[in-house]
Amino acid sequence: MIEVISADRCVECNQCVSVCPTNVFDRVENGIPVIARQSDCQTCFMCELYCPVDALYVAPDSEGITGITEAELEQQGLLGGYREKVGWGKGRQPVASHDFMYKLAARAGF
Amino acid sequence: MNQPALKETLKLTADVLVIGGGPAGTWAALTAAAKGVKVILADKGYCGSSGATAPSGTGVWYVKPEEELREAAKASRYAMGGKLAEHRWMDRVLDRTYENMNRLGVAGYPFPVDEEGNQYRRSLQGPEYMRLMRKLVKKAGVKILDHSPVLELLADEHGVAGAAGVQTQTGEAWSVHAGAVVIATGGCAFLSKALGCNVLTGDGYLFAAEAGASLSGMEFSNAYAICPTFSSVTKTAYYSYASFYYEDGTVVEGAGSKKGRSVIARNLLAGRQVFAKLDGADEALQPLLRVAQTNFFLPFDRRGINPFKDVFPVTLRLEGTVRGTGGIRITDESCGTGVPGLYAAGDAATRELICGGFTGGGSHNAAWAMSSGSFAGEGAAAYAAGLGWHSVHRAPVGLSSSPLVHQEVKAGAAARTAEYVEAVQAEVKPYDINLFRTEQGLASSLERLDGLWKEQRGREIQRTPEGVKAREAEAMTATARWMYSSALARTETRGMHKREDFKGSDDSQHHRLISGGLDQVWVKTEEVAKESVLL
Repeated sequence: MIEVISADRCVECNQCVSVCPTNVFDRVENGIPVIARQSDCQTCFMCELYCPVDALYVAPDSEGITGITEAELEQQGLLGGYREKVGWGKGRQPVASHDFMYKLAARAGF
Repeated sequence: MNQPALKETLKLTADVLVIGGGPAGTWAALTAAAKGVKVILADKGYCGSSGATAPSGTGVWYVKPEEELREAAKASRYAMGGKLAEHRWMDRVLDRTYENMNRLGVAGYPFPVDEEGNQYRRSLQGPEYMRLMRKLVKKAGVKILDHSPVLELLADEHGVAGAAGVQTQTGEAWSVHAGAVVIATGGCAFLSKALGCNVLTGDGYLFAAEAGASLSGMEFSNAYAICPTFSSVTKTAYYSYASFYYEDGTVVEGAGSKKGRSVIARNLLAGRQVFAKLDGADEALQPLLRVAQTNFFLPFDRRGINPFKDVFPVTLRLEGTVRGTGGIRITDESCGTGVPGLYAAGDAATRELICGGFTGGGSHNAAWAMSSGSFAGEGAAAYAAGLGWHSVHRAPVGLSSSPLVHQEVKAGAAARTAEYVEAVQAEVKPYDINLFRTEQGLASSLERLDGLWKEQRGREIQRTPEGVKAREAEAMTATARWMYSSALARTETRGMHKREDFKGSDDSQHHRLISGGLDQVWVKTEEVAKESVLL
């Protein structure tokens, strides 16, 4: 589930509020969004992917809260990892165009 | 009768209203708009990130129009699907999928390029695909209403004429009067948290049934995905590289990602945790797997697990009809439902026409979504354009089974909704009711589900975000009743539908099961188009 919004990184663009399919966040006047309905989070990672400044962290656990902190995330370099792999963001190549896509198909049939 | 939405501040009109902004809905909107009609698309969440496709990668049933290749493609899942697919529909879907995928290439989807310089168009990355679809839909002049779930369809004596709902971020009620409506709300995974599926609660089935449409193949609704116990990421295909173990390290004989899923289920039922390890993927293959499904590895990486070397506990997560094949019955080539002005596409519609009673998800479902979306969009646009002058003078009313109201409803409604959701889940999640089906199990479950429906259908539902959840609970309850009534009627094993008390398939039941009804659920048989037996 979504666990962390980094106040240091967040630029208050509210993209996460817009893109969350299950409406987990609330906009805040002159502030960063809040996680208002955490139990509605379906752990789909879309908010993290759309965040332009890697301020969000979705813990992989869909059933409970891990309690991971921003400091731990910074230390382990976990913020922004998914967006990087998908190849979104300036100067990156979308993973969709990676030639492994058809190489895997040639080998595995899917 | 339901209260008209007096407090609506958002009242819109369109020729075509599309409900749902996943692949099927966006293709429907795009093709309708290309016919020159005014289109509005309403998504429960956000068009671009909502639904089962957006967060995942998917193969696509993209086959070059060469006879030999096409024949092989059609034959590939025909027997597995219990021979319920239809030749003509497979041809149409293969044609349209080929066309649409090529359009995506032209529109800028970053397909990989092979050694010969050709785009490889047999798979799509969900985030990229759906972000592009949103862009194309907007460019086509379609108005998108995000975070705008539908509460009910609107209709008059001529047919369906729009929908009404609420905007979850503002609390504002909305309505759209439209000449035709396309339901593209996806399947129903019963809030099981399968990846991206919690917006898929069978709403469209309920709306369609309330308008008088019927369903088809609802017995093909027991899809379960292999998934780490702690995670939402369901990608069963990758487990073809897995071995399965007990806690003590001994192998679970017969367990596998295909037929061996039952073995996993039986162990879990007996209280024995099953573990997996993708030790069948050699080192050369591992980086390919990592790139093709980036999100598959996310939960492992974040937990410090190497799934190629370490064992991790797995479960089977319910995907219901999302990777089942049942859905709204299609009555003509434009994906009409038999109700004037109402069309259905994608997982909301039955996929039996192209894959019978079985689908591994992905490939066929993705092809069906983009093809049926296109058929429905064109059909709805033509229907709306043909309505002519009288379409502007319509005064349609809401069709919700439960009274929808503006004023506050009795305290404790939210808590009761949560109870109904849990009660339905307790009927559809257990492997010993839904996966391994028996007359006794299905019948006693149905009795409880009928009771749950009766309790809910009389209660007032407020036109608020909380009310949306109440309607979802109703939709899931109704869906479960059509599922189990159909499953009871099919006294054989066919496709994904497994009866413990009828283990073989029965040639005399080579037919479709059509279901419907709200207070009284009914099931009847329908012939499969004759030409399908030629394969």
